[in-house]
Amino acid sequence: VNGDVGLPSMLRNDTAALRGRMEDFLYLEVDLLDDWKIEEWFALFAEGATYEVPPTGSDESDPATSLFYIADDYVRLRERVVRLTKKEAHSEFPRSQQRHMISNVRITGLADGVADVSCNFVTYRAKRGVVDTYYGKHLYRIDCTAEPFRIKSKRSVLAMDMLYPGKLTIII
Amino acid sequence: MDTILTTPQMVVEDRGRHLFRVARRAFTDESVLEAERRAIFDHCWLYLGHSSEIAANCDFITRAVGGRELIFNRDRAGAVHAFLNTCPHRGAMVVREKKGNALSFRCFYHGWSFNVNGRFASRFDEGNYGKEHYGGGCADLAQVPRLESYRDFWFVNFDRNAVPLADYLAGAKEYIDLVADQNEAGMEVVGSGQQYIINANWKLLAENSIDAFHGFPVHSTYFDYLKTIGSLRMESAGSEFSASGMHDLGNGHAVIEYASPWGRPVARWVPSMGEDKRPVIAALREGLVKRFGEQRGTRMSEFSRNMLIFPNLVINDIMAITVRTFMPAAPNKMTVSAWALGSRGEDHDLRKLRLFNFLEFLGPGGFATPDDQEALENCQRGYQNVREVGWNDISKGMPRQGPPMNDDEEQMRCFWRQWRDRMGAVS
Repeated sequence: VNGDVGLPSMLRNDTAALRGRMEDFLYLEVDLLDDWKIEEWFALFAEGATYEVPPTGSDESDPATSLFYIADDYVRLRERVVRLTKKEAHSEFPRSQQRHMISNVRITGLADGVADVSCNFVTYRAKRGVVDTYYGKHLYRIDCTAEPFRIKSKRSVLAMDMLYPGKLTIII
Repeated sequence: MDTILTTPQMVVEDRGRHLFRVARRAFTDESVLEAERRAIFDHCWLYLGHSSEIAANCDFITRAVGGRELIFNRDRAGAVHAFLNTCPHRGAMVVREKKGNALSFRCFYHGWSFNVNGRFASRFDEGNYGKEHYGGGCADLAQVPRLESYRDFWFVNFDRNAVPLADYLAGAKEYIDLVADQNEAGMEVVGSGQQYIINANWKLLAENSIDAFHGFPVHSTYFDYLKTIGSLRMESAGSEFSASGMHDLGNGHAVIEYASPWGRPVARWVPSMGEDKRPVIAALREGLVKRFGEQRGTRMSEFSRNMLIFPNLVINDIMAITVRTFMPAAPNKMTVSAWALGSRGEDHDLRKLRLFNFLEFLGPGGFATPDDQEALENCQRGYQNVREVGWNDISKGMPRQGPPMNDDEEQMRCFWRQWRDRMGAVS
């Protein structure tokens, strides 16, 4: 593949090895979220990265022309994390418990060592006897030119026709 | 005979003692919700949608309003309709998509079809149906009893004898104007908006949407964010304009108006918008001043307004413009639809900025709305103690001499007095 010239040599021409490494990386990511280590989670993002959750029940895909649920640039993502560390982020005080499940990890594109990665997700959030379920597909652009990998963009596309849990206060 | 509504009183106002109390049963009781459906949602003007959502001829959207399933559409000639989305034949919902563009509607159950003006359009073989079916209107889609609009905001009323919309809106029209006038070419809904659930009584969101008292306690993390990114601008260029306060707009509608601490894409620049946007936003502001004069132009640029139109429409012109409506699904559950309003024909970068600004505060993923939802859901859970602790206190500002402040609770009292009067009128 032409696109993998940017990859470390051990991952070149070996899609299974790259996918394995990618799965390890994504498992690490969700583990950090499960444990509320959100500052460490933020450190997985490259400078200038974006984080987005598009509207439910539509195929609108540009935050400049339609209203998303979340459309963070790097600074606002950092501030989202800062906010969640405060107990005045009332919707997460006391903190909810979470479990993130991912599957169907696929590398759908590779250019200059930056991989397009998709995976299915189900995220459970429990608080005060209510379990919220979020599900859909994560779409990433992940810089694999060096390890540790760095997330350049993450978009979580909900496969829900409306936002039944009401809030999007955790990172799904 | 409705005992709920006659005894005991659920809204108690004691002006002498400066006490205003609302029974928590109003938020928890299934029979209260049923009475609200009859006394309020069957008689008040309810927001349906914005002209821009059905911009082209034959555009349609489907929407649940007032417990009904409706079709909101434009026919081939461009006339706007609202139909009850149920086949006159056997009842199936005729249109099942959320939106689209169609020359006709066809019920999938038995194939009855309709022109987009609602007329029965099927032609069955002779012997199947009499003339009445084709000419008499008994097979046409039923229109909602009343459909009227003000400045591109369309409302329905299920009471054929309701007062005209313009009369119902009363003082709220002036504040709708302050939004609709922000762009000469008009305003439009951006994208499909946000749809979500809050596990709380619908009236809690009516109160919360115009409640400035909760701003600092609930939203300190949002203000911290503004401070960090350099966007908290407390000083007001329009300090000579003393608009901060609250206005009773009649018929249960109310608005609070105040100097903005945040940036407003319409015409209030803050540093986080970037230096490149500064002249652009200054020009927008000059445009408003030119069109409306110094005072009104400054007011539109600098000041923020949270307005509730009774019973369930919120138009908040704050760090962005949100139009929000909500319907009870149960005493402890509502569905919320929220849209962003932007200028029609808006420049790409300004539109982007407007939406970015919207999301810093508003919606389920914003830095503020989720904490409002948490507050409302906490209230609802707290009402489980209703048998021991039965009353809410809405008295703030009652002894104040002079006009009410925007962080008093008079705007909520306007809502509750209207609620009381309408609920009391049911027999």
